[in-house]
Amino acid sequence: MTRAAAAILRKDLLIEVRTKQSVPAMALFSVTAFVLFHFGLDRDRLDGELASGVLWVTLLLATVLAVNRLFAHEREQGGLDGLLLAPIDRTAVFVAKAVALYLYLVLLELVAIPAYAILLLGPSPVDQLPALIAVLALANLGLATVGALVAALAAEARARDLLVPLLLLPLLTPVLIAAARATEPLFAVHPETGELGKWAGVLGLYDLVFVLLSVAVFDFLLED
Amino acid sequence: MIELVGVSRRYGERLALDDVSVSLGDGQTLGVFGANGAGKTTLLRLLATLLRPHAGTARVLGCELPGEAWKVRGRVGYLGHDPLLYRDLTARENLTFHARLHGVATERVDAVLAGVGMQRRAEDPVRNLSRGMVQRVATARALLHDPPLLLLDEPRANLDPKAAELLEPLIGRESGRTRVLVTHDVEGGLAESDVVLGLRRGRAEIAGSADARALRGLYT
Amino acid sequence: MLYGKRLAPLAFTAAALFALALGLIFFYAPLDADQGFMQKIFYLHVPMAIVALCGFVAGAIMAIQHLRTGLRQWDVRSYVAIHLSIILGLGVLVTGSIWARASWGHWWLWDEPMLVSFLIIFLLYCCYQPLRFSIEDPERQGRYASVFAITAGAFVPVNFIAVRLAEQYTHPRVLSETGGNLPGEMRLTFLVSLVAMASLFVTLWKVELTSKNASDQLRKLRRRLEGAEAGADDEGPEPPIADPEPVGAMR
Repeated sequence: MTRAAAAILRKDLLIEVRTKQSVPAMALFSVTAFVLFHFGLDRDRLDGELASGVLWVTLLLATVLAVNRLFAHEREQGGLDGLLLAPIDRTAVFVAKAVALYLYLVLLELVAIPAYAILLLGPSPVDQLPALIAVLALANLGLATVGALVAALAAEARARDLLVPLLLLPLLTPVLIAAARATEPLFAVHPETGELGKWAGVLGLYDLVFVLLSVAVFDFLLED
Repeated sequence: MIELVGVSRRYGERLALDDVSVSLGDGQTLGVFGANGAGKTTLLRLLATLLRPHAGTARVLGCELPGEAWKVRGRVGYLGHDPLLYRDLTARENLTFHARLHGVATERVDAVLAGVGMQRRAEDPVRNLSRGMVQRVATARALLHDPPLLLLDEPRANLDPKAAELLEPLIGRESGRTRVLVTHDVEGGLAESDVVLGLRRGRAEIAGSADARALRGLYT
Repeated sequence: MLYGKRLAPLAFTAAALFALALGLIFFYAPLDADQGFMQKIFYLHVPMAIVALCGFVAGAIMAIQHLRTGLRQWDVRSYVAIHLSIILGLGVLVTGSIWARASWGHWWLWDEPMLVSFLIIFLLYCCYQPLRFSIEDPERQGRYASVFAITAGAFVPVNFIAVRLAEQYTHPRVLSETGGNLPGEMRLTFLVSLVAMASLFVTLWKVELTSKNASDQLRKLRRRLEGAEAGADDEGPEPPIADPEPVGAMR
């Protein structure tokens, strides 16, 4: 299965590098959102809860963009059949898509977090960087897993573009809650780690439940 | 090689395939005829393991569907209406991808590309290729893993005469493979078929052998 | 599959229990010192919430059965359970809002974890029907709906935990004390309401299943009469689990 997942992942990354459809859009959207927040909130600098909330809501909405495009290349010209005809474990498709989404999120954050620090964030995040990275890593896993699942779920539906955010955003709310609460103290005027352990635990629980669930259930989305 | 007994496939409450039975031996060609919507593509997709039968028994390459479908997958070459290629990748990249999925050595890609006469355009993105060329690359994809069974849905539809000539030894009778051929060309199809299946509304109206006149009757 | 059996006694029992519950709520349960008469809405609100949540979980379990067995009847059962729970969920939000307004002066309270979790869950499940009806292939529709039901079912507890933890520092209200510290009379009323709500749910579930079953049989008979041999143009798939029918409606 890993061989097949690696092949699919490689193919997806190759297409992404060539067409540059997902990551640049996510990055551009995020920076634009920061600008909008500046004007909407009428604030130059954010810290604490506000900073945390704005960042995570933006990341979540950027995820929606990527999820919409995750199976786009398969939908064109029946590419999914190509995957289904191959002698592979179909879970490999899920793993490949989830890992791809995870990588897109990492790339996005490499751009968006510095942009955020420059544009809107008051306190410098540099000291708390390890904690921030840990939260991002855990949250990304939840976003990527559920994102891939919803992408597959909505792949065959009409009005897919509407359905994806409606399905995805409520499902990702626990990630938002836990991640935002976790980074609140990191962005405070006097940064500290706060209750990082508790919220990391919640993220971990979410990730565990949904990774297991997705792996169990994904085959049913592809079989006929 | 293929054995269908009483196979049915529903779509909601309509039967896309209704109690279809047919047998095909090694190296033989099954010609499938019928008007649009008769169930030809459904049958082909079922044989490709893309669809599971809802009733009856289906055995392909000695394996029972859908239980042993996974055993069949690497040994069937499917050439349907969709070329199953990624338009943003080159012909070579597409084939390399499929080679990896099927566990085929990537060196074979060059050989197959040459076989369909696409070695010079192999580095062009598929979106820049003409329809005929896309069909050639799709054929290459279907043959990449050297499958004993070929499922062909109007394979010569987009081919110019030169391309058709080039591909004939690969997908025609001389290829030596067992083939299921869906075609609207009654005379031509009949000439190259050992077994004939004529579908109307999912039912096998003609099974075994037939003459051109009977087959043309399916289209009325 | 005869769903109609025992429907009459079940409906009768549910109605009786409900009447009993209402009686207890109005005449037996004591008036709350702080919140007065409106507190009594709690006897509807919380049982609704509990039954709705159980409905969602039951829907998820039936969906698992559907995927495991491939039998359409599990899909129908799951669908009905979930769509009834969605309606109950709306009731939860409305009664919760009324109670919040009456007791605290606001139409919405963010620090009431039950209410907030329910809002999120309700928003999620609102996608269930659009998802279903936007997939045309009936087999696939059932499968995808089941996957959604299972995902959403797993989501419910995780969501509650997250919301609860997030709003930990609120002062306890009556709603948060369900089952815990209720004095005898309140507890009895609450329990009776809970049982009444549960039997109402089960009755409605059976009624709707019976109705769907009947229209299914009718449709099958009609098809057989019209017949495929008549050359009738019966192209196009039958509408899948199809249009949301109001409970008890016959087609």
